[in-house]
Parts: sequence; structure tokens; C-alpha cells
Amino acid sequence: MSFPWAEQYEPKSPLMKWIDSRLPLPRLVFNAVGAGYPVPRNINIWYNFGVLAGVALMIQIITGIVLAMHYSAHVSTAFNSIEHIMRDVNSGWLIRYLHMNGASFFFIVVYIHIFRGLYYGSYKAPREVVWMLGVVILLLMMATAFMGYVLPWGQMSFWGAQVITSLFSAIPLVGEPIRQWLVGGFAPDNATITRFFSLHYILPFVILGVVILKIWALHIPGSTNPTGVDVKGPQDTLPFHPYFTAKDFVSLCIYLLAFATVTFFLPNALGHPDNYIPANPLSTPAHIVPEWYLLPFYAILRAFTVDLLFIEAKLWGVIAMFSSILLLLFLPWLDTSKVRSNAYRPLYRTFFWILVVDVLVLGYVGAMPAEEPYVRIGQIATMYYFAHFLIILPIVSAIEKPLPLPNSIAEAVLAKAQKLAPQATPAPGSAVAQPAE
Amino acid sequence: MATTPDEIEGGDVRRRDFIYIATGAFAAVGAGVVAVPFINQMNPSADVRAMATTEVDISAVEPGMAIKTIWQSKPVFVKRLTAAEIAEANSVDVKTLRDPETLAERTKPGKLEWLVTLGVCTHLGCVPLGAGQGESKGDYNGYFCPCHGSHYDTAGRIRKGPAPLNLEVPPYEFTSDTVIEIG
Amino acid sequence: MVRLIGMAIGAIFVFVLAWAALVPREAAAPDPVKLLHKEPREVSFAHSGPFGTFDRAQLQRGFAVYKQVCSACHGLYHIHFRNLEDIGFSEAEVKAIAAEYEVPAIDPNTGEAITRPAIPSDKWPRPFPNETAARAANNNAYPPDLSLIIKARKNGEAYVYSLLTGYGEEPPAGFEVPDGLNYNPYFHSVNIAMAQPLMVDQIEYADGTKATVDQMAKDVTAFLRWAAEPELERRRQAGIATLIFLAILTVLAWLSYRRVWAGVQH
Repeated sequence: MSFPWAEQYEPKSPLMKWIDSRLPLPRLVFNAVGAGYPVPRNINIWYNFGVLAGVALMIQIITGIVLAMHYSAHVSTAFNSIEHIMRDVNSGWLIRYLHMNGASFFFIVVYIHIFRGLYYGSYKAPREVVWMLGVVILLLMMATAFMGYVLPWGQMSFWGAQVITSLFSAIPLVGEPIRQWLVGGFAPDNATITRFFSLHYILPFVILGVVILKIWALHIPGSTNPTGVDVKGPQDTLPFHPYFTAKDFVSLCIYLLAFATVTFFLPNALGHPDNYIPANPLSTPAHIVPEWYLLPFYAILRAFTVDLLFIEAKLWGVIAMFSSILLLLFLPWLDTSKVRSNAYRPLYRTFFWILVVDVLVLGYVGAMPAEEPYVRIGQIATMYYFAHFLIILPIVSAIEKPLPLPNSIAEAVLAKAQKLAPQATPAPGSAVAQPAE
Repeated sequence: MATTPDEIEGGDVRRRDFIYIATGAFAAVGAGVVAVPFINQMNPSADVRAMATTEVDISAVEPGMAIKTIWQSKPVFVKRLTAAEIAEANSVDVKTLRDPETLAERTKPGKLEWLVTLGVCTHLGCVPLGAGQGESKGDYNGYFCPCHGSHYDTAGRIRKGPAPLNLEVPPYEFTSDTVIEIG
Repeated sequence: MVRLIGMAIGAIFVFVLAWAALVPREAAAPDPVKLLHKEPREVSFAHSGPFGTFDRAQLQRGFAVYKQVCSACHGLYHIHFRNLEDIGFSEAEVKAIAAEYEVPAIDPNTGEAITRPAIPSDKWPRPFPNETAARAANNNAYPPDLSLIIKARKNGEAYVYSLLTGYGEEPPAGFEVPDGLNYNPYFHSVNIAMAQPLMVDQIEYADGTKATVDQMAKDVTAFLRWAAEPELERRRQAGIATLIFLAILTVLAWLSYRRVWAGVQH
């Protein structure tokens, strides 16, 4: 894998040589995230979010393992065990708030990562499998986050579980049996909390496995870059280490600054107050909402309000919600444009930004009660969401005239440098770093 | 025009190295500090620590009787010795014992009749018999551990069997004549 | 093929949504309760803001209000007596406070259910054994646990303070307050089962502070904030230290990054 000019691993010390000849782990690391992995030199900060997502996953796994040492998965003790963590366990409040807000920050990072992929056409050949594995990770993340939210057994935990599992009962004939199978009873109860705990513990490791597959698949063609032009030679790339480790480390620090600010000073800002009320199966909260990162999908679910074409509204909503994520799997074939980057696709770029706004609107509508004007806004926004991917994207990519592409990454980099400092133009080639030795 | 860091020479190298080392050292210290709460969380939590002391009301204990209580999740025997038991304990030549201690050393001054010991055999941690009504008191009229046959005398001292030490006396105090606080 | 199927599916979704959006709907009837309901009034404390710390004297006053007024119906489910050391009581004082209360126990000789004086490691006793008993005693209303109330309500401090001081307004003409309920515009349904709990000079503060309704409401709100977030001060201290550390690390990381990339165009 990788490019022919990638640096070869040569153990520096006898010890590393000894290890490398028996277990080539140093070689693997060197080729994956070390100097042996050439990366397009022009990738910008939006390309840092993949690494950040990996860090966020590790934070969730580590804090989660710790919380599991103190949590008690039983309807009668789950809520109290969370308060035990918050009040009595040494630094328990810190670890729990890190886990709680870590989930939100994981989604923030992943959503930015997805939109970066959309903007720069990262889903296109030859990276379709990378993209599809990413969609699988997103689905696993949503399932994991949903089940994790149930574990404290607060009001939103219980009613969230009730609402989400009820979605399955919309399926004709087999729906109700499936729902009962999922929750292990007629309503969410002890069987639900124990199975959700078990799955919530194991799914992150499944995600980790898919992440490894994704990185493996990514390392074959390497990253895309803001021009969308393929890497042509050594002058187009820089070794991952030290160039991108240094860059990623800066973004990691900034990420941690934002994460720490929220965790220490606004720890409950992203959560819902009702989840500090113990679950009560006899009293529904005035207004059930999922965690913020699921709101756009919740809005899509609720946008379908009329029975039509022999399918009742509820089932339409469920089909649409799942379709809204699954359609991403087909993106590489819905977009036929040969040009990857939206920097050279002025028409589609406009629609891209409309989509960004559209998803934000969906998120806003998802948080609002089901009344006018939110219902109608949600319907129009949902309409655009599907039209964007299923209708606009195929048509635009067929009719659009892209801007001229640069011949190579190095050329684009030089052109940019000239624009910034027209006097001090270095001769081509001299500005191009050779891989570090 | 050398551009990769490894090719920069002279004073630059020193300054460059300083920044790299400072960054790395700072990050390493940060990681070390973050590790502290993640390790400390496994220590006993506040609710467990609040159980570090136990108060026992001994007003209802008659001579010759013992009560069992729990202190720090371990059984504790509080035994009120009879005059005969005290005499029996004092009649032993301390030098001949495996773990030489007098009864007076194992009780509070002036409270020779109150023997407070952990109910944990010093051999392998079983709970000895002898505190409850009708339980075997062993060959020395004190406690008897059924696991491997350790016999303790009326002062809770090891006399026979594999246990190496006398039954441990926990730290305790009389807060009044009828209440002791263990821990 | 994928594109054709996709377009067909897209067209179906768009059609269904357009139909749903165009179906005329009945105008929502204005909800009279919504018009009467008021947003909570903001209130500020020594512990407000990112660097605030609790005023221990205020917490102790608030505890007195809770103990003498609220505790008749409301529990502090997640508070142990030992936690009171946090708000400035000594170990002996905590012991004495605990000993005023009886908690359920088992007679070691007979196994019968008895009560014994509480000790610091005990939880605060609940006023009612269970929800059913609480509802039976309170006209079918359930007095919620107060140890998490600040976190369990939107804008919790302002809400509790406004609710406690929001009694006494006359409902508008024509608005019927049901029997057994009380008008309070800060409650979500504006009719609350709890009667006005705080009256002027209802309690006597040990530190001589005048016990106005506003003072008591503020004090008990501060106490409940502590009850909900006892880690608040430690959290903020740790947060400031973390942010300072990360800020320095960010600068160092930035300098390293500039060094590594010196002279490299990208």
C-alpha cells in the first residue's frame, strides 16, 4: 500500500531491530501514522477531524470503562448509582461529565468530518469503501449513544427508549413482536437496561474495529485533498510524521480546550434537565426530545404527518429516517461528476451550503414541539434533504461545468504561495520538501 | 534552502529542540496528571470511607456473652469475659505463647473484661466460631476456627493450629461506658 | 440504475412531504395557560459565574429553611448527613443534626423493623416511605426530591427562586383555579398543589438575618444548588487549572508546528 516514494522503515536501535524482525509492530505504526505514510501536502484544517474523532472515541472508551466499574444496571439502582458516581466516587463527577459531554463532542467532530467529506468529494472512487465504512460507524455511534442515554434511567432515558423502540412497531405485522424482542418486555424495563448496558459496552469496540478497517482502506489511495486532484509524485506529499502529527496535535489542543470549557463550566448545557428526574413509566415528560445530535433525524421522523399510498404516517417517518442515513451509502454512485472537490464545482457548492443550512434547520425543528410553524418548516427541510441527495445531486453532477483543475497538488500549492507573496517566489522544486530522514 | 527540520543546523537546532522537548514534556506531564483521577477513582468512595468507624452499643452484653458486629466489612467480636475467663487468660505464661501478649495488652486499661477482636482467623481469613451461643470454643475455651483447626484462648490468643498470630485487636475507644467506637 | 431508483425514491418522498405540507390544518387553539405562564426571573448568587464560590453562611441559612419548611414534604434523596460538613458544619454538629432524626433499622435480636437515631453515614430520611404514600398525603400531588431539583429543571435556580416568590398574584378574571391548587405563574401549568411555603419571619435565622420571603427563597435556592452540584467549586477550580494548562500547551504545540513546517509550502 501507499506510494512508491514512501520512506521505508529502518530500525534505528538494535532493540527495535530485534522487535521488528519478530513482531513488525514498529513497522506497522511507522507506515500507518509515521514518516512512512505520505499525505497530500495541501490538506487543510478540515482534514484534522478524522484524527480528532479517533481521540474522541478513545476518550469515550476509557471514561466508559471507568464508569462501568461503578454503574449498576438495574431499574431500581441505575439512577442512584449515577448519583453515587457524581457524589461519592473519587473524581466520579469528572469522569461522568467527560463521558457525557464526550459523546456530544464526538458527534460534533464526526458531523464536521462528514461534511468535509461531502464538500471535497471524499466519497468518490477510489474511496467508496472508506466512505461506506464511515456510514457504518455513524450508525453504530447512533445506536451506542442512544443506548448509553438510556442507562441513567432518568425520564428522558425511559421515554426516549419508549419512543425509539416504538418506531419498530410501525412495521406492519412483525413490528410489535420486534419491539417486544428489542426491549424484552411490553415496555422498557429491567431487561431493557441490562441488554442496553451490555451492548453499550461492546459496540464501541466494534466501532474501533470498523475504524481500523476504515484506516486500512484509507491508506490504500491515501487522503483526498482540497483540490481533489490525485497525488502524482513525491512533490505532492509530505510524510505524516512529523508534519501532520504536529498539525494534528495543535488541533487536538484546541479541541481539548473547547471540550474542557464545556465539561468543567457548562457540563449540563447539552443535556436535558428531565434526565435528572428518575424514570417514571406513569408520567410522560411534556416534550420528549432526543439528544441534540439526533435532532435532525428526529425532525425527519416527525415530518410525515399524513397517511398516503396505503402507508400510514408513522411508517413513512420510520422509513424516511432510516433512508436519510442509508442513502449516504449510495452517494458514490449518485454523484457522477469526475471532479471531486467542491472548490471547482460552483453550482453544486451552492447546493452543498443549502444542505448545511437545511440540516441545521432540521436540528432546530427537531428540538421544537410538534406544532405550527415548526411542522411545516420541518416538512420543507426534509423535502430538501431527500431532494438534495436523490434528485439535485445526480442532475447537477450531470449538467454542471466544473472550473479548470490545477495540474497537480504542487502546482496548486505554488499558485497559492504566489498569490500570498508575489515578490518572493521560490523556484519550483526548491520549496518542495523531501521526506524527512 | 534546506527545509526539513532535520537539516536545520547550528543554534536553530538547539532552539528547535527546546520547543519540541518543552511541548513533549508538557504533554507528558498533562497526561500524567490526567491519569491521577482515573487511578484514584478505584480507591474507596466517600460512602465507603464514611463507614470507616462503627459505634457499638455494649450495654446489653452480659459476662460470658459476645456480640458480633461489622466494621469495615469485617466481622468484629466484642466479648465480655467472666472472672474465670480472665483468670484463665492471666494464668498462662506469656513467654510460652506463639504470639506473646498479655490480656491487659489486648484490652483497654481498666476494661480487662472487654475483649474486642476481629473475627478473622490470622491463618487464612475464615471467621472463627465461639462468639455465638452454643458454638465450639475450641480446646482453650476461646475461639475455634473450623477451616484448619486453629484454637484461640479466652484472650483470643493463638494456642494451637496453623494460625501464626493472635486474633487482631482493631483500633477502638470507649466513648462512654456502654458505647465503643471501632476505627 | 442507482440514480434512477434514487430519483424515484426521492420523488416519492418529496411528493409525500409536499402533500403533508399542503394539507390544510386546523389553527391551533391558543392555550390560556401558555399566556399566563411566566419565564423565571433571573437571580444571582455568590456562586454565579464561572469563578463563583458558595457563600457558606447562605448555604447554612438555606439548610435551615429546608429543614424547617421544605423537609416536611420534600426529601433530599441523594444527600447523606455527612455531606453537611461540606457547607461548614463541624463533625460534632453533623452528628448532632443526624441524631435528631430516626431512620429505619432491624432489631439485631428479634429481626423486627425498628428505628434508631441516624448517624452521619445515613442518607437524609425521606418524608414519605414511597410515592403512593406521598400522593395520598398531598392531595394526589407528588412532592419531588429536592437534591437534584436545580439540575432537573430548566434554568433551575431562577425557576426555584421564582416559584417560591411567585405566590400571591391574583389570577386574571375568568380564570378558575381548581380546588386544592394555588395560582403561581412560574409553574408550568400555573396551578400548583404546593401552597405558599414561605412567609415573612417564618423561621429565625441563627445569624440574625431578616427572614423575608425573598431572603429565604434565595438562601434555600443556593442550598439546593449545592445539594444538586456539591462538586461545583472543585469542578471550577479543576476547570481553570485545565484551561490554563491547555492554553500553554496549545501555544507550545503551535510553536512546534510552525517549526516543523518552517519553509514548507502547503
